[in-house]
Amino acid sequence: MEQSPVGGIIIGLYIFTLAAFLGYHLITRVPPLLHTPLMSLTNAISSISIVGAILVAGMKHDKFTTALGFIAVIAASINLFGGYAITERMLRMFRGRGIR
Amino acid sequence: MEVEPFMNWLNFIYFLSAVFFILGIKGMTDPRTARQGNFIAAAGMVLAIVGTLLRKEIVSYEWIIIGFIIGGTIGLLIAIFMPMTRMPERIALSHSFGGLAASLVGISEYYRHGAEMGNVKIAAIGFEVLFGSITFTGSLMAFGKLAELIPSRPITYRFQNQSNILLFFITIFIWIYLIFNPSASHLFYAMVLLCFLVGILIVLPIGGADMPVVICLLNSYAGLAAAATGFVLENNILIIAGALDGGSGFILAILMSKAMNRSFANVLFGAFGAISEELKQKQDEFYAGKIKATTPEEVAYLLENARLVMIVPGYGLAVSQAQHVLGELAKYLKSKGVDVKFAIHPVAGRMPGHMNVLLAEAGVPYDDLLELEPSNNLFPEADVAIVVGANDVVNPLAREDKNSPIAGMPILDVDRAKTVVVIKRSLAPGFAGVPNPLFIKENTLMLFSDAKQGLQEILNSLRGTVSRLH
Repeated sequence: MEQSPVGGIIIGLYIFTLAAFLGYHLITRVPPLLHTPLMSLTNAISSISIVGAILVAGMKHDKFTTALGFIAVIAASINLFGGYAITERMLRMFRGRGIR
Repeated sequence: MEVEPFMNWLNFIYFLSAVFFILGIKGMTDPRTARQGNFIAAAGMVLAIVGTLLRKEIVSYEWIIIGFIIGGTIGLLIAIFMPMTRMPERIALSHSFGGLAASLVGISEYYRHGAEMGNVKIAAIGFEVLFGSITFTGSLMAFGKLAELIPSRPITYRFQNQSNILLFFITIFIWIYLIFNPSASHLFYAMVLLCFLVGILIVLPIGGADMPVVICLLNSYAGLAAAATGFVLENNILIIAGALDGGSGFILAILMSKAMNRSFANVLFGAFGAISEELKQKQDEFYAGKIKATTPEEVAYLLENARLVMIVPGYGLAVSQAQHVLGELAKYLKSKGVDVKFAIHPVAGRMPGHMNVLLAEAGVPYDDLLELEPSNNLFPEADVAIVVGANDVVNPLAREDKNSPIAGMPILDVDRAKTVVVIKRSLAPGFAGVPNPLFIKENTLMLFSDAKQGLQEILNSLRGTVSRLH
């Protein structure tokens, strides 16, 4: 799977652009009613940068790297656990007229 | 180069979690499927993390586990105990953590491989650190303003915009220089510090009522930083998740500034809402002798005899935490056969959807929450419109005065209801710093009170009347 770095970036740009377009079409269909939960959900999803943080914290390169990774894991997991939990807490409150 | 079999599996796992994220966001397009969407997105996250933990680059788990425990505990505590009125603060704080994580991962990549990096890689790292760091300090500032730890009015000084723009261009210039000279590590760390500074300085002149736009933009930056991390680590799931987050924040920011009829540039650099003493005096003359004050009892009487009551909540509702009393009042009126609807302006509150969450918390069914247009169609039929803690979003100047700072902003036409009741502590101007002619209209009554207390007195009075009748 030998790839030039530029080739990898180009594929990355394809993926980024397509995902952004898809996101645009999905998100314009989210009603204003749910804009706050939407924001807290996308925020939880963006805590996917924990993947990078885990790699840095676990590779045992040197102390400075581990320290950076450790703080990054803490910061990302605050969003990870908190993000989904608070979205669920909010969404549980939304009720239609028929449902009691 | 042969690919080890596990990497194939891992890529498939990442692919699945990307699909789950997209399905999760799709769930948010309808309140009936939203919880399911959140669950699916969480499942996607678990997949991605478990897959990553199994990678062979990871040789020690202790710091990962300790980090998970500390971060998870903090995150869950915030999630459980943060009052709904303070949701904007929690969102701002979480953007700041997201930016910090992305920035730190970028710094560590540079620290390990900086000098031998190719131009493309260093460009991606620079982008990641740039957006990550600006998001980190910018969101902390937004948090401080929302929590009133620092004044929420714009903080301005001479040549502010010019110096901010200059600093920003210096940062960009360093970034470009690094692309061609990746080994200039002092400059790299200088860029990180500059980004922290820029994040602080650009949020300083932005006032509290413009926070909906700022929060959305920072949301978008946090997503872009995560996407850049994906480019650095050559990891597609990060690129996809970051693009979704970045796109979402950007769309919301556009919706918010449209709802104020203002451009991004005006929101970011306009220092909107810096108020002057002279203006306050002018306003006193404007209102003098034309205000009709009312009492909770009179409002209760009006409500009892109404067929349709429309309620317009604003940030004041959140400040005085009056949502539960308001919910009770609505429930009581409905039980007496009065139709009650809530008119929600897109920028009411401090973040998109702020009012909807508060009213949901107070048990108001979401079918009763109307958006701008249906609300305006309904106002002429309303017997009473109650404005609770909102000001600029109901100011008719937006329609009538082309020179007003809020000219052209879409507003809720409460003044078309038969009677308007405005619950407000004083005649203090709204964020735009202009007087509100609604308060002196023929059909407007002012109830000078804290939102929570005023609503409670109306409710007490309603209950009192009924018990006297029976």
